[in-house]
Amino acid sequence: MTVEVGTELPALSVRLTRADLVRYAGASLDFNPIHWNEKTAKDVGLPDVIAHGMLTMAVASRIVAEWIGDPGAIVEYGCRFGRPVVVPNDGEGALVEVTAKVTKDFEDGTVKVNINAAFDGKSVLTGAFARVRVA
Amino acid sequence: MPLDPAFTGRSYPPSQPYDVSREKIREFADAIGATSPAYRDAEAAKALGHRDVIAPPTFAIVVSMKTNETVMFDPELRLDYSRVVHGDQNFTHHRPITAGDQLVCVAHIDSITSRMGNDMVTVRTEISTVDGELVATAKSMLVVRGQDA
Repeated sequence: MTVEVGTELPALSVRLTRADLVRYAGASLDFNPIHWNEKTAKDVGLPDVIAHGMLTMAVASRIVAEWIGDPGAIVEYGCRFGRPVVVPNDGEGALVEVTAKVTKDFEDGTVKVNINAAFDGKSVLTGAFARVRVA
Repeated sequence: MPLDPAFTGRSYPPSQPYDVSREKIREFADAIGATSPAYRDAEAAKALGHRDVIAPPTFAIVVSMKTNETVMFDPELRLDYSRVVHGDQNFTHHRPITAGDQLVCVAHIDSITSRMGNDMVTVRTEISTVDGELVATAKSMLVVRGQDA
């Protein structure tokens, strides 16, 4: 597969509802109540229940996995957690919009993909990137 | 009270082996809405050169969770868990975590720094098979918010 710097990956929009947060809590064994209990979230100063940073990070990884075909080609993946994704108690949930672009060729068969995940028009993951084996 | 930087370099004993199952990988893939067949279908994974179904890149957090809790609840470190925020996360995969793996985690405190009343703790967890093959490295930076922050 030939991948050029500047290539944009197909964008991904993911809706996260309270049910998704409960499901991720169960799958990941992260039962911190700020991810499912409004009272606890508000008591610690959050506007409402927030998504697990690790769930947002996992959802954002899909843009690379679905583009490259073999998720095993992702050799490194990192980000900072910049802002929370606030998830209201309704059927709509929160919309996370993921975009990504190839930004560097390491010339060792891997490339760098910069990833942006936005909620409410603002980036929630800072400096998110994946190093992906393409050859 | 700020964390003592003298804990930098501290390592923790190896965890009990974690058995990676196809079902747990499928459950995790479902929870993140992932569609890749390599997470669910052993034949599809084998066609890509893997031994069995592989796990999504962030699944390593599930494998290392118990070990990270050992650090967070280390009574000597005296970290106030109620003030902990996940600052950043990085995974390096030497190869994908694969169903059938028996994985052992060893946690190390790489750094403890203070800035503007907050403590920053970087925990590195090395994830290897029971036979000693290094599979992944997970680095978590935790922010312990100060009393006034």
